[in-house]
Amino acid sequence: MKRFLPAWLGLPRLDPVLLALLVLIIVFGLVVLYSASGHDTAMVYRQAVRLGVGLLVMLVISQVPPHILRIWTPWLYGIGVIILLATWILGVGRGTQRWLDLGIVRFQPSELMKLAVPMMVAWYLHPRVLPPAWKAVVFALGILLLPTLLIVRQPDLGTALLVAASGVFTLYLAGLRWRTLLGFAGVAAAAAPILWLVMQEYQRDRIRTFLNPEADPLGDGWNIIQSKIAVGSGGITGKGWLNGTQSHLEFIPERHTDFILAVLSEEFGLLGVTLLMLVYLLLIARGLHIASIARDTSSRLLAGSLSLTLFVYVLVNGGMVAGVLPVVGIPLPLISYGGTSAVTLLAGFGILMSIYSHRKFIK
Amino acid sequence: MIAYSKEHPIKEQRDEQRLFQHRAGVAFIVIVVSMLALLGRYVWLQVFAHENFATRSESNRVSIRPVEPNRGLIYDRRGRVIAENRPTYRLEIVPEKVEDIEALLDELSELIALSEYDRKSFAKSRRHFREFDSVPVKFNLSEQEVARFSVNRHRFDGADVVPYLSRYYPYGELLTHVIGYVGRLDAADIARTDAGNYRGTRMIGKIGIERFQETKLHGTSGFERVETNASGRVLRVLERQDAVPGTDLVLSIDVAVQQAAWDALGEWPGAVVAIDPLDGSVIALVSKPGYDPNMFAHGISQQAYNKILDAPGRPLFNRALQGGYMPGSTIKPFIGLAGLELGVVTAQTRVFSNGTFYIEGYDRPYRDWKESGHGWVTIGSALEQSVNTYFYQLAMDLGIDRIHDYLAQFGFGSATGIDVPGESKGLLPSREWKRKIQDEPWYPGETVIAGIGQGFNLVTPLQLANAVATLVNGGNRYAPRLLYATKQAGDERSQRVRAPLVLQVSKKDPQNWQVVLEGMDRVVNGRRGTARVIAVDSRYRVAGKTGTAQVYQLGTAEKYEASEVAQDLRDHALFVAFAPVESPRIAIAVVVEHGGAGSRVAAPVARATLDAWLDQEIEQKPEREIEQGSGP
Repeated sequence: MKRFLPAWLGLPRLDPVLLALLVLIIVFGLVVLYSASGHDTAMVYRQAVRLGVGLLVMLVISQVPPHILRIWTPWLYGIGVIILLATWILGVGRGTQRWLDLGIVRFQPSELMKLAVPMMVAWYLHPRVLPPAWKAVVFALGILLLPTLLIVRQPDLGTALLVAASGVFTLYLAGLRWRTLLGFAGVAAAAAPILWLVMQEYQRDRIRTFLNPEADPLGDGWNIIQSKIAVGSGGITGKGWLNGTQSHLEFIPERHTDFILAVLSEEFGLLGVTLLMLVYLLLIARGLHIASIARDTSSRLLAGSLSLTLFVYVLVNGGMVAGVLPVVGIPLPLISYGGTSAVTLLAGFGILMSIYSHRKFIK
Repeated sequence: MIAYSKEHPIKEQRDEQRLFQHRAGVAFIVIVVSMLALLGRYVWLQVFAHENFATRSESNRVSIRPVEPNRGLIYDRRGRVIAENRPTYRLEIVPEKVEDIEALLDELSELIALSEYDRKSFAKSRRHFREFDSVPVKFNLSEQEVARFSVNRHRFDGADVVPYLSRYYPYGELLTHVIGYVGRLDAADIARTDAGNYRGTRMIGKIGIERFQETKLHGTSGFERVETNASGRVLRVLERQDAVPGTDLVLSIDVAVQQAAWDALGEWPGAVVAIDPLDGSVIALVSKPGYDPNMFAHGISQQAYNKILDAPGRPLFNRALQGGYMPGSTIKPFIGLAGLELGVVTAQTRVFSNGTFYIEGYDRPYRDWKESGHGWVTIGSALEQSVNTYFYQLAMDLGIDRIHDYLAQFGFGSATGIDVPGESKGLLPSREWKRKIQDEPWYPGETVIAGIGQGFNLVTPLQLANAVATLVNGGNRYAPRLLYATKQAGDERSQRVRAPLVLQVSKKDPQNWQVVLEGMDRVVNGRRGTARVIAVDSRYRVAGKTGTAQVYQLGTAEKYEASEVAQDLRDHALFVAFAPVESPRIAIAVVVEHGGAGSRVAAPVARATLDAWLDQEIEQKPEREIEQGSGP
């Protein structure tokens, strides 16, 4: 049937496995959101619309062949960096300058970099022999550090972390020597005290609170303590959907955004958490599989990097909710309420699908 | 910008793919391990630490709210309600729901009188509440205020009129010195109560019966388990355990008798205590002036309190329990009995009264109240005419130590043990007391005046009444009781409370007691009795003894002239009595401050009180007999 029709009129190029896993997560996420929002159907509807838009974006991107995406990459990256610079310069004097109001849509330029940075690093390494020479490594580091630092300045530690990670993952997958990697780790460790000095006071407080939440149980420690109570009280099978007292009685702050996993853990228990982690793991595994069967360097690196970044989301958010990692603003992918991160994530899956469905067409 | 370059070495896609797969494999292993570690953390939280967190979640969610029990009611002996809980309304505001509280208060004051004091105390109490709590603005609204507010309720979002029970004392000042009153719990109250049972309680007994019987009256607080959200707002009631209302109390006070005594006192400050000698129950306990206890039940302002504190006649002072008066001649029956029982005199012993008494070897005169003296007297006529000389001699013969020891049996110098707080012990002097407290030897002259109840001796009206009750019932000294019966909520029948017997006065010869009681009978019914006035038109026979307590110590040569002494230095008038003489059903002590001689002011008060009691007692229970054998 496909033969008689032009490709764009045929079945859309999709990965049914990825799609199935994504739909599973999205549906689960909306169910949890309904409870976390306190039966707020309007909020669930808004989120569903956003996810719909995200799925549409995914669908569109998945139809674009990887080599076309590659051609757009420097532009995307360039525009992203310019907007970041613009928000930095224009936003001087203001506290948090994450949003760029485009009139119709409020847009978070740092979100764009979550895709643009791994794309750019992959684009840069694409024509080179791998493992990359040290000059190339230095250059690639430059590509990822420039936007990362701009985002840290905003300040948005969570996004900066994800952007930096996506770049580093690309380099790692490109075969960066273990020695060099360990070197990075050493430099990062050495830079930690400097980072402490650069950090905003509220970010330092978060770290302090993480290290000792009981010091101020009604103030800064509240989030972590209440989140742990929610998770722990859920037990193995959970309190049941809509029965989470910690969330419904408003003990968990940010319960529909960053701490939605606490609600899920309270109501669906260890079983729910395990199921969710399993789906994420399958998504990551599928992503890595797509990467490993990709036919060109940039597709391979990009697909791998996007998959590994998803893991960072899950690990950091999951660790934060369970009180083993500090509170940084990283959402639970596709479940936390909020548009931009969901659209970015789905766009990333669009890229993965594009790579998957175009694997047989080597340019 | 870096562009594609033809000079680059040929890329080996196959090698790169292998390199990638190796890296991706390592990464995936790391991911799986990390995810398992993370999951391990969830297992720890949700399985191993589950119980702890489940408890903490539950205590987050559920809070316990106390439910205040209804306070027990108080009745008098005849079943009149003397302390009740009246449904009242208070104005409350929920600050969270109001944008401009000052403006709201201004508008409200058009309907409900809000004083500057109300607004100030509202501002103060607001700080102890949370924003969504309902904060009381004004208590005890009038019916008109409630009605006006109800009509205009729609205009006042966040304000409401809330019903509650407030303590009300229908007889006001008449019974304040018996019942006392309730007031707002303060820090001292919290320290002496069971905190758990008082968590919901706003009012506590401050003095009187309300305080003494607090545990009975209060009841047991109930609780509500309520679900609250993170900001503490109550969402629903999960479980409710109703409070157990306090026990209703029946006091032995008869309001009619109390009222009669109160009215008879007129404008005089003083006290009347009447006791049923058969069981030690207190029939009347009046201290005048009184004050309205209802002011305290709604929270009294400092200003109003100061006004009572400074009022003439010191209304806060409970004269019946705390007033220490010299007993004067009212002590004579007891001195006389001591003399008879200890064998110092007999009923026939005669003493000549010439108007003055001297201790051998001293030249200070001790006078009779009758300048010329009373002539030859025995104990009977000495009591009848209140002959000082007889008792001067008797006191000297007894000696102060024997007087002390004998009178102590009647409860002089010690607390009676009545069931209200705050009674004073009075003072029964002895050689030992004087050495210890005053560090001085005892002088014979002090013994002489002790014989007529002057000097160091101090008694409370309650002590005096109880001593008389003991004297007329044959020596059974009870700890007087105001509590007559209790009635637990839900019980049909009430439980009678009996006064405990403190001691049995030693008795050598019942005849001696009879002699003294006959002497007291002669005071009222004798030809020369000092209180003959009160025998007129009586349906029953009264016996008594007048007394005059010096307030101002005269010099030996001075003569007391009432008209020359300022009102507040005039003598106190005392009178003790019992009736009917044949089988006493009431023993009474009356003190009229600065009333002068006992017979003139105090005796009629006693008569009025006795009438109020006996007229109904005789009608209701004519057959009641004395149970104790050796009464008069």
